[in-house]
Order: sequence, then structure tokens, then C-alpha cells
Amino acid sequence: MTMPRTRSTRTWLALMLATATLPLTGCGSIEPWVKPYEREHLADPIMSFAPNPVSSSYLDHVLESREGARGATGSVGGGCGCN
Amino acid sequence: MRHLIAIRLAVALGALCATSRAGVLPDDRADALFHRYEGGGIQIQGPSILLRKKLGDSVSLSYNYYVDSITGRVDTVTGASVDAVSGASEYQEHRTQHGITADLLHGKTTYSAGYIGSQENDYDAKTGYLSVSQDMFGDLTTISFGYTYGKDTVGQRGNPDFAEPVTRRNWQVGVTQVLTRKLLLGANFETSESEGFLNNPYRKVRYLDAGEARGYGTQLERYPHTRTGNAGSLQLKYYLPWRAALDGSYRLYSDTWGIIAHTGRLAYVQPAFRRWTFEGRARYYTQDHADFYSDLFPYQNAFNFLGRDRELATFTSVSLGATATWEFPVNRVSFLQKGTLNLSWDRLRISYDDYRDLRTIAVTPGSEPFYTLDADILQFFISVWY
Repeated sequence: MTMPRTRSTRTWLALMLATATLPLTGCGSIEPWVKPYEREHLADPIMSFAPNPVSSSYLDHVLESREGARGATGSVGGGCGCN
Repeated sequence: MRHLIAIRLAVALGALCATSRAGVLPDDRADALFHRYEGGGIQIQGPSILLRKKLGDSVSLSYNYYVDSITGRVDTVTGASVDAVSGASEYQEHRTQHGITADLLHGKTTYSAGYIGSQENDYDAKTGYLSVSQDMFGDLTTISFGYTYGKDTVGQRGNPDFAEPVTRRNWQVGVTQVLTRKLLLGANFETSESEGFLNNPYRKVRYLDAGEARGYGTQLERYPHTRTGNAGSLQLKYYLPWRAALDGSYRLYSDTWGIIAHTGRLAYVQPAFRRWTFEGRARYYTQDHADFYSDLFPYQNAFNFLGRDRELATFTSVSLGATATWEFPVNRVSFLQKGTLNLSWDRLRISYDDYRDLRTIAVTPGSEPFYTLDADILQFFISVWY
């Protein structure tokens, strides 16, 4: 079955693709401005975006099941009977 | 299905994928979580178990088992789940979910694939997932693409012939960027499409009817059969000089049902006393109602589409939460590298602007007070790394 796609959807898909591939242009000319030996703070566990994925995913979905908005949380959801 | 505001079932794959980073496989770890939600007249609780293990240097497998045990009350007039309305009937439901994911590391690229199966007595969901992540620019940038496909079947208790399909497709793209030695940026875009039976087979809308004693009649809700939504988010995380972290994010969402939503979140993480870590967080959410939503329609079959799901209403949601983590010693267990005990609590308040509380019997329908939901969300979990 083919899903109907709106112009809005196509625009968003194109935007997503363009955003994601933008950094690919001129790969060879970019020097890393934060050297590996300067990443001590970034490697600290408190800097993780999702240090406890089971917990953060659960909380995300508790909130999303009560709200109209969904997505773009960095995790992936599936179907449910919570509508 | 009847639990209306039950926890979104796809916790598993989100949990499995959230740790994926290109160039590095996720840590081997196991999590055992107990969750409990109480609010709006329902209680939902159960376990969630996550196991993740590497096979060699380039493959990592994970498995998630998740259960919701739901006890609640549903309004026998409108089918809405509200706390202790007069005439409410009590119900119980049980849902079980299994999820698996495989990650394959090749150079600085990670390929992932996953599957979730979820069953309850009146809803069956199957979801597949593919993604690819790539590190670049000296590992300062990670880009990921994901695609999700879901096939659900909506049932109805007491009606074995009722089986309506739902198809779901999602496209995700994400970028994680090192901005400075202390600042990280995360950006995510997601487009979602759903098609099929998207409403609840039990819930009803109400409409003005002078012939009814309470002043309104009810009919089953009727939703459009397609929905397309777009969400974009930005997240910044900053390392503070005294070893703490500040996390802020914003998300914008809009869809073809007319919902526009804004989400803001702020969190602060502070390690203390050598083995403890504390997190405090606040979240603000607001949305406009769907085009076909109304708390009270002017007459029966007033429009082609009719909805009175409070998820589609105009409201503001505020939540405050905290997590305490204790890292316990593991030196007596040779195969463990680290272990933590975690206790998490969140308080949620949703204030509705056009969803009325029918526990108050009003002389004139539509003059009841607006509904407010208060809920407590509790999590207790143990995590070990090996």
C-alpha cells in the first residue's frame, strides 16, 4: 500500500537530507578544532545525552502518550494502543 | 487500547537505540527497572529489563522486555479515562513487549536493525527499525539516519470481528556536534506518517441534545485516516567548571491535524559525595488543539471528523523531576566494572484549556470546569556494566 505524502512531508524530507549531508561538503579541508586530548570533559559520563536509556525512553513515552507531539527525541518509538 | 493514556508501548526500541553512537559500540550493560505511573484515575506499573552484550569487536546485541499492568477507571458515558467519575467502570489490562536490536560496527560507521513486538488484548503492534550512523571530522560530528516501519492491528473487546489496520512510517535524521571542549550540540528531525484506524474504538464525543436529561448526547469519535507530523529539536549540553552539567533543549512539532506544539526542557546534573550523582529537571510543553477536536459539538454528526481525546485538546503540561544515583562497589564481583542504584521521581501537571471535567454536573453543558491532570511517575532501577 502506498502512503499518501503531502508536499509538507516531501519538503521536510528534503530539508532533513540537506541538513545531514551539508557537513559532507569539503570534508578534507576541515581541521578538528577540539583535539582528542582536549575532550576530557566531554568524555565525562555526566555529559552523556542519555546516560540511562531505559529510564529516559520510558519517561519520554509516558509524556508523549499524553501529548499530541511526538518524535525528534533521539530515540525511536513503535506502535501502541494509547490513542 | 482501552487504557487511553497508557504508556507508549515502544519503550524498548527507544531504549535500545538511544545509546547508539557511530565509531563506538554501546557498553555491555544490564538494566532492571521498575516503573509506576499514578494519575488521572489509573495506575500503570511493571518491569523493564534491558540486556546488551558485544560479540567480538564489531557486533553488539540487545534485548528488552517490558510490561505494563494497568488498572484504571473509564467513564461509561464518554469512554474517557478520568478519575473516579460517577458511573465509571473499573478495568485492568496487561501488555507485554519484546524488543531486539543488533548493531554492526564497520570503521566509523554503525549499522543498526531492530524489531519490537507488543501484544495486549485489543492491540497488536509490530515495528521494524533500520539506522546508520557515521562519525566524521575527527569524531567531532556524528550523523545518523533512521527509518521505522510499523504494522498494527486495532481490536475491540467483545467484538472478535473488529480488526482494523494501522501502518506507521518514520524517518529520522540526527546530528551530534562537538562545539567546544565543554559544549555539545544535538539536533534531530523526524517525519512521521500514520495511516489507518487512528482513533480509539471505545471513546465517544458529546454533542448538545436538549432531549437528554444531562443536556448532551454521545457518539463514537471519528478521526481522519492519515496523519503526517514533523518534529525538529535542538539540545545543548554544557560542562560547568565545578564538574556539573547543564542541559537545555527545545522542540517544535506540527502535523496535518492542526496541532502545533512547543517543548522546552532544562536539566542540571551534579555529582557529589564521591559515589552519588543527582539530577534535577523541569519540562514545559504547550499545544493547540486539533482541527476536529471539540469538548462539546453543536449537534450530532456536526463534522466529518469528530474527536474528544484530551491528547488533542489545547493544554499546558509542566513536569518537575529528580534522580538520585548511587554507584555501589563492585570489586568483589570480578566480572563487573560498575554498578548503580537509581531512584527517579517526576511530578506532572496538565492544565486543559478546552477539555471539561464531567465529574461536575453542570446545569448548562459546556460550563463545567476545565480538567486538570496530576500524576506521579516513579522509577527504580539497577544498572551494571560488565
